[in-house]
Amino acid sequence: MNDGNALYRFLQPHAPDFVPDWGVVLTVAIIGVSIVIAIVGLIALAGTWAERKVSAHIQCRYGPMYVGGWHGWAQALADGIKLISKEDMIPVGADRMLFMLSPSILLGSVFAALCAMPLAPAFYFGYIDLGVFMILAFSSLTTIGVVMAGWASNSKWSLYGAMREAAQVVAYEIPLGVSLLAPLLVVGTFNMVEASNAQADYFGMGWLAFKNPFVLGASVIFFIAVLAETKRAPFDLPEAESELVAGFLTEYSGIRWSLFFMEEYAAMFLMSVVTAFFFFGGFESPLSYLAMKSFGDGYVYQVVCFLTLAAKGSFGIFMMMWLRWTLPRLRIDQVMTMGYKYLTPLALFCVLGAGIWEAIKHAVS
Amino acid sequence: MDLRKQQIAFYTALLFGALAAMGWGLKTAGIQGAMFGFFASFTLGGGLMCIWERSVVRSAFSLMATFCGVAGLFILLGHDFLAMAQILIYVGGILVLILFGVMLTPPDLNERQLPRVGLGVVAVVGALAFVGAKVAAVVNWAQAETLPPAETKAEQIGAAFLRADGYVIAFELAAVLLTVALVAAVYIARRKPSDLIDLTEEGGY
Repeated sequence: MNDGNALYRFLQPHAPDFVPDWGVVLTVAIIGVSIVIAIVGLIALAGTWAERKVSAHIQCRYGPMYVGGWHGWAQALADGIKLISKEDMIPVGADRMLFMLSPSILLGSVFAALCAMPLAPAFYFGYIDLGVFMILAFSSLTTIGVVMAGWASNSKWSLYGAMREAAQVVAYEIPLGVSLLAPLLVVGTFNMVEASNAQADYFGMGWLAFKNPFVLGASVIFFIAVLAETKRAPFDLPEAESELVAGFLTEYSGIRWSLFFMEEYAAMFLMSVVTAFFFFGGFESPLSYLAMKSFGDGYVYQVVCFLTLAAKGSFGIFMMMWLRWTLPRLRIDQVMTMGYKYLTPLALFCVLGAGIWEAIKHAVS
Repeated sequence: MDLRKQQIAFYTALLFGALAAMGWGLKTAGIQGAMFGFFASFTLGGGLMCIWERSVVRSAFSLMATFCGVAGLFILLGHDFLAMAQILIYVGGILVLILFGVMLTPPDLNERQLPRVGLGVVAVVGALAFVGAKVAAVVNWAQAETLPPAETKAEQIGAAFLRADGYVIAFELAAVLLTVALVAAVYIARRKPSDLIDLTEEGGY
């Protein structure tokens, strides 16, 4: 089982004799979890700063400019210090246990989902045949965290936010899953490394979205559903600040509040990466093709692949920010109409079309 | 004993029960046994919390522990697809729907009356003894070495569903049944235009 773990394969031959096997496994687990936590922290720091900068430039402002010198790069760190040093408040009427538990459930589910994400073609925490299925399963747990936060706060705003979240996620999980079926149909595997390897042809540009027009259509639907899943504008109804104060976040403050935002940015990155893997090439790009051709599949190729993936994930986050600061928020009935009446049938149509296209391609060749 | 002390006593007992189960598992079957103890106590503990908790929403949330524990047991058995489907469908779908239904009740711990603990214990123990005796009389316990290698890959499940000699007809029929049920539910739930006329000032739109 542990052969699938790249760290285990690397560490096992170097382990001294007196260390038992479970010691190696434990070390690998600790290192892996540390890497995931570092990724989440880094994304949250960079994400909050980028969100401010992107929103500012879209609105013809500068955003943070002073902290740290260069374009206010240390603003997120300063925010973090402020949030940690704030008083940790729990309302008197709240359900204390669930109030404290919900940020952990949210963040834990994102950590679990991130563990299924390969970082490079030969560096992953598990060669999981069900990679993307596992990510979808664990990111559906975040709903429970949001509902728990909203209900435990014992406040009307929070409860409304939680109800909207529940309704919205149930509506958008269908187009999310169904539109993902189209690329899965073409590539024939849930495994993210294998899916990426299947897109290495045409000089690293054999991306699934370019191989089949219906997959390109499905990618748009998938991205819209991802926006709704991650509660980003124009689907940020659970926290709609102009209507519900801050929705399910109303009663949270200090470090607990910031945990919610760590989860949000991590989930954004995770879903952008899933979009990249199954629609837009995963690790593959002309750059990784060149690295493969000139250096083989050694360290250079792995690093280039990791950077490609990070760039694609960051671009996905940038798209989400761009949309957030461009589009107005939908009403809840418009959100429901869009999910059930338009996205679901369109996603089904894309799956059908992708299947027929593949069948014709198979018959012609 | 007031409510708070009861809660603390209950959760402490649950924690020690879980630790005992894990220790026993570790002693009998190593790491795998400990994991089994962990997931089993998750499953059973979630169920017990579901009965014990006085707030109906807390009961619903404790079902999450039960579902996740069952998913963990599936993983221990080597059925990773089932485990992930368990989390995706039960926690991400069904539990959210249950919560949607019960969420509007207030977080007030005194809302449900104290369960009659003695009667409950008698009922549970009686039922368990009855079922246990029946099961023990019938079941031929499988030994570890007689178990077939349990590895269900997503590929095998897909092939079994879609091959002509597999379960393709049952699969398609289930799909049709679910679609019919969905459409019927929407048809029953939706308002007719004639119902809407009274709701608007202008007399309909």
